[in-house]
Amino acid sequence: MMLEVENLNVYYGAIHALKGISFHLEEGEIVALIGANGAGKSTSLNTISGLLRANPGKIVFEGEDISQTPPQDVVMKGIIQVPEGRKIFARMTVMENLEMGAYTQPDRVKFEENLEAVYFRFPRLKERQKQLGGTLSGGEQQMLAMARGLMGNPRLLLLDEPSMGLAPILVEQIFEIIQSINEQGTSILLVEQNAQMALSIADRGYVLETGKTVLEGSGQELLHNPLVEEAYLGG
Amino acid sequence: MSEQKTTRDQPSLNVGKLIRWIAGILLLALIGWRVYQTAFIEGSYGPDTWMRFIIAGLIIGGMYSLIAIGYTLVYGILFMINFAHGEVMMLGAFGGYFIFELLASIKAPSVSDPNMNFLNAYPVISVLLAFIVGTVVSAVAGLLLERIAYRPLRKAPRLVPLISAIGASIFLQNAAQLLFGPQRRQYINPVILWRGTGWSIPVGDTTVLLTYTGTLSLVLSALLMIGLFLVVQKTRLGRSMRAVAENKQAAALMGIDVDDVIGKTFIISGVLAGAAGVMWGIHNGLFNHYVGFLPGIKAFTAAVLGGIGNIPGAMMGGMLLGLLESVGPAALGIDFQLKDVIAFTILILVLIFRPSGLLGEALSEEKV
Repeated sequence: MMLEVENLNVYYGAIHALKGISFHLEEGEIVALIGANGAGKSTSLNTISGLLRANPGKIVFEGEDISQTPPQDVVMKGIIQVPEGRKIFARMTVMENLEMGAYTQPDRVKFEENLEAVYFRFPRLKERQKQLGGTLSGGEQQMLAMARGLMGNPRLLLLDEPSMGLAPILVEQIFEIIQSINEQGTSILLVEQNAQMALSIADRGYVLETGKTVLEGSGQELLHNPLVEEAYLGG
Repeated sequence: MSEQKTTRDQPSLNVGKLIRWIAGILLLALIGWRVYQTAFIEGSYGPDTWMRFIIAGLIIGGMYSLIAIGYTLVYGILFMINFAHGEVMMLGAFGGYFIFELLASIKAPSVSDPNMNFLNAYPVISVLLAFIVGTVVSAVAGLLLERIAYRPLRKAPRLVPLISAIGASIFLQNAAQLLFGPQRRQYINPVILWRGTGWSIPVGDTTVLLTYTGTLSLVLSALLMIGLFLVVQKTRLGRSMRAVAENKQAAALMGIDVDDVIGKTFIISGVLAGAAGVMWGIHNGLFNHYVGFLPGIKAFTAAVLGGIGNIPGAMMGGMLLGLLESVGPAALGIDFQLKDVIAFTILILVLIFRPSGLLGEALSEEKV
């Protein structure tokens, strides 16, 4: 098992945001976490990334407990998050954003290789490499955010709402890219409001509700589960 | 909701704006007329005097710029004004002073002069050592300040670290007074750097003195500013500083140790302030534990003038403020002791008319 999250509890001050969430991910899988706003999807990702502390809770990555590991060390272990709302560096150029993505990778040769791979996948970024991040369109910013994540050689990519605010045609494009990243060997933990899209590419999925895991199953099972259909797929 | 609010406030805002602009234009006209009167009609000062004012302004402006960069760097990353920054500069001034004292007490007899001391035998090394020790002292002070006074309050409301900064400032002033005494001390420079010596530049039928100490200060300020610019723009540390300034959470997700970058920002700010402190001592001579107060608060003015958070703005703001307070009293025909009034009048005017500063961008929601 690559990642195992067990009985994760997280508090924001007095608010009990995660109430014992458990899920796991095998190497090479795409696992989707779906659920409404405030269900705890992003909180789960941020806790895995080390931005929030589990209290109590266990996060085991490749046999090692990382629940107390600071964010920079989590990145070093190969868990890279592409945050919600992209959070690209608007006042830095596209190229500098990609350099930030490779912050933990001092190897220059590997950097050039990754850069080439990323530009091959996102040719628009190559055209705009000298432009400031803030001048890109929403779709381009999402691509930059993902490209930036890929620059750090992720073994497990945490994607938080990659389709948010994008036109339907771009959403499809983004999901195709996610699948192709996965096919090349990167495991993916995907958080999405767009349950339909997420479950259709996911190997397995979990449904979160108010800080708890309420359902789990393969992507197809969940897609055809009447409860999921009613609550998240618009009946 | 915010949209509604702006629509409702629009009319009153416009009236306020109009009044401000009318007042601003009147003020500008008044200043313009006054400058025209003193400079061209009365002609109290010749070109040589103006040049002296400009040179003095640039020298002090360079020091303001160095200190102002520290305010702006810290503000850019933590959105707080480090009001103890002037004291960081003061500690640097003490550091350089004690090195000069120490080196002057070490005998380095030579054939020609058996009473020679190290300071005068090796002046270049001595000055270098003074700057190195001064900057190290200030860098350590900045780092400790962050660890002790600001880091525990990182998640507190924004007013809290501000109060802590003011407290730290008072603490450092008093600690320096207890340690070093309240008396004014004087930098004893190596003979080749004596204050009042320098090159005479002929202007018209007189000459203007360009002092060695002033030249040293100005050149070193410029070099440090270029160095800082290169660090921020071209290095890995600089990029991580900019990333942390823009978004701490995203920076952490890139694998940047945010606390470490914040610490290094305080170190860099300290180095620049410490260099300014040693320059202050070498160029002006007299100082005591209060030496950081006025330059600190003026450098803060300079940082606001240039646009707080903006590094080129701080450099420009410092130079401009140095020039304005040096040339200003003469140009306006007012008492020279009113130069501090000029600096703070500028602060108030900038805050009224252009709170984002000359080079500043409108504050993003995140920072307000």
